[in-house]
Amino acid sequence: MLLVYCPYCGVSRPETEFSCRGEAHIARPADPSQTSDEDWVNFLYMRSNSKGVYVERWRHIHGCGRFFNAVRNTVSDEFLKFYKTGEPMPDLEELAKEAGK
Amino acid sequence: MSQPFRTEKGGRIDRSQQLTFTFDGEEMQGHQGDTLASALLANGVHLVGRSFKYHRPRGILTAGSEEPNALVGVYRNGDQTPNLRATQVELYQGLEAISQNRFPSLGFDVGAVNDRLSMFFPAGFYYKTFMWPKSFWDKVYEPVIRAAAGLGKPPKNPDHDHYGNLYAHCDVLVAGSGPAGLAAALAAAETGAKVLLCDEQAEFGGSLLTEANATIDGKAPADWVADAVAKLQAMDNVTLLSRTTAFGYFAHNYIALVERVTEHLPTPDPKLPRERLWQVRAKEVVIAAGSIERPMVFPENDRPGILLAEAGRTYLNRYGVKVGHKVVVATACDTAWQAAFDLADHGVEVAAIVEMRETPPESLMSIAKARGIRVEAGCIVTGTLGRKRIKSALLGRLMTSGQVASGGQVDCDALLMSGGWTPTVSLYSQSRGKVVWDADKGAYVPGKSVQKERSVGAAKGLYGLQATLEDGYAAGEEAAKAATGKSATITYATATGGEAGDGGTLGALPHDRNASRVKAFVDYQNDVTAKDVKLAVREGMQSIEHIKRYTTTGMATDQGRLSNMNALQIASGALERPMTDVGLTTFRLPYTPTTFGVFAGVARGDFFDPVRKTPSHDWVVDNGGVFEDVGQWKRTWYFPKNGEDMHAAVARECKTVRDSVGLFDASTLGKIEVVGPDSAEFLERMYTNPWKKLAPGRCRYGLLLNDAGFITDDGVIGRLAEDRFHVTTTTGGAPSVFATMEDYLQTEWPDLDVWITSTTEQYAVAAVQGPKAREVIAPFIEGVDLSNDAFPHMSVREATFCGVPCRLFRISFTGELGFEINVPRRHGKMMWETLAKEIEKHSGTTYGTETMHVLRAEKGYIIVGQDTDGTVTPQDAGMTWAIGKKKFDFVGKRGLERPDLVADNRKQFVGLLTKDPKVKLEEGAQITTAETPATGTPAEGHVTSSYYSPALDRSIALAVVKNGHALDGKTLYVPMPEGSIPVEVTGTVFYDKEGARINV
Repeated sequence: MLLVYCPYCGVSRPETEFSCRGEAHIARPADPSQTSDEDWVNFLYMRSNSKGVYVERWRHIHGCGRFFNAVRNTVSDEFLKFYKTGEPMPDLEELAKEAGK
Repeated sequence: MSQPFRTEKGGRIDRSQQLTFTFDGEEMQGHQGDTLASALLANGVHLVGRSFKYHRPRGILTAGSEEPNALVGVYRNGDQTPNLRATQVELYQGLEAISQNRFPSLGFDVGAVNDRLSMFFPAGFYYKTFMWPKSFWDKVYEPVIRAAAGLGKPPKNPDHDHYGNLYAHCDVLVAGSGPAGLAAALAAAETGAKVLLCDEQAEFGGSLLTEANATIDGKAPADWVADAVAKLQAMDNVTLLSRTTAFGYFAHNYIALVERVTEHLPTPDPKLPRERLWQVRAKEVVIAAGSIERPMVFPENDRPGILLAEAGRTYLNRYGVKVGHKVVVATACDTAWQAAFDLADHGVEVAAIVEMRETPPESLMSIAKARGIRVEAGCIVTGTLGRKRIKSALLGRLMTSGQVASGGQVDCDALLMSGGWTPTVSLYSQSRGKVVWDADKGAYVPGKSVQKERSVGAAKGLYGLQATLEDGYAAGEEAAKAATGKSATITYATATGGEAGDGGTLGALPHDRNASRVKAFVDYQNDVTAKDVKLAVREGMQSIEHIKRYTTTGMATDQGRLSNMNALQIASGALERPMTDVGLTTFRLPYTPTTFGVFAGVARGDFFDPVRKTPSHDWVVDNGGVFEDVGQWKRTWYFPKNGEDMHAAVARECKTVRDSVGLFDASTLGKIEVVGPDSAEFLERMYTNPWKKLAPGRCRYGLLLNDAGFITDDGVIGRLAEDRFHVTTTTGGAPSVFATMEDYLQTEWPDLDVWITSTTEQYAVAAVQGPKAREVIAPFIEGVDLSNDAFPHMSVREATFCGVPCRLFRISFTGELGFEINVPRRHGKMMWETLAKEIEKHSGTTYGTETMHVLRAEKGYIIVGQDTDGTVTPQDAGMTWAIGKKKFDFVGKRGLERPDLVADNRKQFVGLLTKDPKVKLEEGAQITTAETPATGTPAEGHVTSSYYSPALDRSIALAVVKNGHALDGKTLYVPMPEGSIPVEVTGTVFYDKEGARINV
């Protein structure tokens, strides 16, 4: 069972307190009516599903209820970073390099 | 004393405490401290079970949890727990055990004919044989396989035990309490770190309890263990858990332990759980799982009386039991010699040491010579005789040519064997570490740590007492330092003796026997022979993973801890590829078989899933209502009166609602309070409908889509004030709608000034529906003019009900004049009982979900999740009226414009009337254009809702049909096994099409 850190509560808690809501930084287009069919379908369904470093949305559903983002290595399940919604995506290559040390 | 194989003295058993137990009904004696296995051996019982496939007589092979043969059933409280390893079952007064997989008895088992017929049961037998005819599968093959193969029988009654659960955190978890584990725990504890030490056995000490030829700090190993354990016990920062198996190593150093709390007790305290699950989050883990001895793969290596050498030594030194009176020791490594010497020292005749190596170490040879033990070097065992117990061993001499020459026969009543040692890498492997081949050690050992763990001692292929202790101390210090940053000066204990020596062999041994007639077992529990592994390779299996599944080798409860290395070597030989290229199967959890009970814990019966009850619940029980489960909710299904069946009750309820009035508990509907300056804007973006112009005091039906454009939920939303909405959702959709709203609010539109709160549990809701609804509620409502003009359909007011503040909605899910009264939950019972009494004055009725469904279907109102399935758009459902077309955006708006969603041939929501009004369609039935379509014809759609309508006195149905909106009046068919049912496509509103009844 993963140990997840909530950046709002400032605590690590077991995975069962949270729900994972898929890949992060998939922004909903600001004006959907101006979005092409292809772009809309990409927004709806296409995810990078990468092996290795992956950025996910998590929600502290049985805690504060807030959404936040986490960088997780999908191979080792190691979390490389937790940060609040709205903060920019960290440099993944840099993070992976640091973790590999 | 009736234990002919008990030693005169020694061992850790309490000889002053004699215990009586039964095995297959036969009464025997043992001592406190015995396992069932050691007690059986003390009584000379080796034959304890029949094998899985061939029903061969089998005896106790090991002294540990890896035992493949000695699986027994143990009775307790009239029920039997099957498949317990006799080597782990602790003896207590009155223990009642039975053997398994034999009929009619262990001594005479008719299933043993399988052994004679074994040429018909090769590897992959099931795949090859039980293929056709198809009908034989459930009638012949399955019952026959089930009856003939297998192990114990499952208990017949529900589990009468209960199980506990604990969460624990520690700095250092040490799994295993042999020399390495104890040393690690001592060192870590000394630094002040919080230490948890667990061991699957009843006593701490592991191999030290067997070791008789060594000293630690000048003490006998077992005495050193006692002192070490006493020291740990006295420390507040140490938790000691015996009878506790670390069975699973999960992500982020989360380790699951199972503690067996009462199973070893004759009369356990009923308040105690049988087992306890420990969910441990450890900062650092020390895996001190030790190693286990490998069987030698020679023909007939499975006879009762054949044990692993170290097991024989354990029975002798720890339990005071001689495995036989005349013992042959077959080995390829040094350690087994010590077993022979210990036996000889206890007066057991060692008939021969059969040493595979041509030149065994001189040091061992001289000890053997001093004891007068015959040594046959360069020899192997090529077979054994004796059906229910070994009588003699056939010897073979290894020739330089690679051939084997007969080496005569040695009589014996027990044979100890050792093919060398295999490190137990299971937990390491579960931690996702990759094992690496160590050519020097001839073993797979843990590679790089993936998690915060370290393997120590024999678990990483390090042997010898002194080296193991040192490794343990160092690992304990390191782990504590890593976890807490603290260290201390640790005094290491020093050991003499307990040397490891070397040697070992892998794979099947050569022999001079007729290869087609003899069986040399690799996996005892699954009856897999060396031949089976070779056959699998001949039949094309290349990967060890395929060989494993084809032959089932390594798939027994020990997960191949005994068999894998031998199987691997045999496969590698057959494939003519180096062993490291063949790969190794992954060890998975659980480490040893684990009860379902401990996983379920308290989540059984009433605690399996929470039950949610509405405020009318008790009243409904008292008044004979029938409940149905809707998710976790108990909802009233219908209220039978005077012996009515469901059909009659529902027909009466429907008619009464339409004629006078009905009362329905709508408390389960999801409710969300949306508050804030931007709440109208928020709902505008969430729902398809426009909200900004909705006046306070009015309601609107809201339709919720996902961004793909499909309907996900619906409900009526009332505006209580400019900045406050009362949103209702479907019963099942409440949590997901709330989560979706939070998601958009927090992550897409954090600029909106809105708060949302789930209020489902805060309100009790009574729906009063029917022409007399106004008269029913009027006496209790204050603060609202209930007239149609002042309080029209789709309005909401804050008022009081019997003086209690309420939110009063004028809404209808029946097509009749209707009200829904929301009171604080604690007043729900009062409200329900008040209204239930009142409706009687108006010849009204309480009604349940079935009537609710019928009434709404008569009006063509959809139920999300029944009439929709996640692929239905508002257009498909005929609900374009619910879409605010002028809105800039809402969730799903762009999705609805996708080409596939506006294309022709979409399935659309329609009504269906059977040509014969008495025929009711099956929900889910497929719809076709042809009366008797050819096999393979795709359906045009399916029936989503179907009821008998009392108002129309005929059946009605709702369906989704391809291009259904254009098919009004057309005839379609619903082919059923009894014949095709012709239906006419209609609109979805069957009753009061103009909607007059709602506006009165």
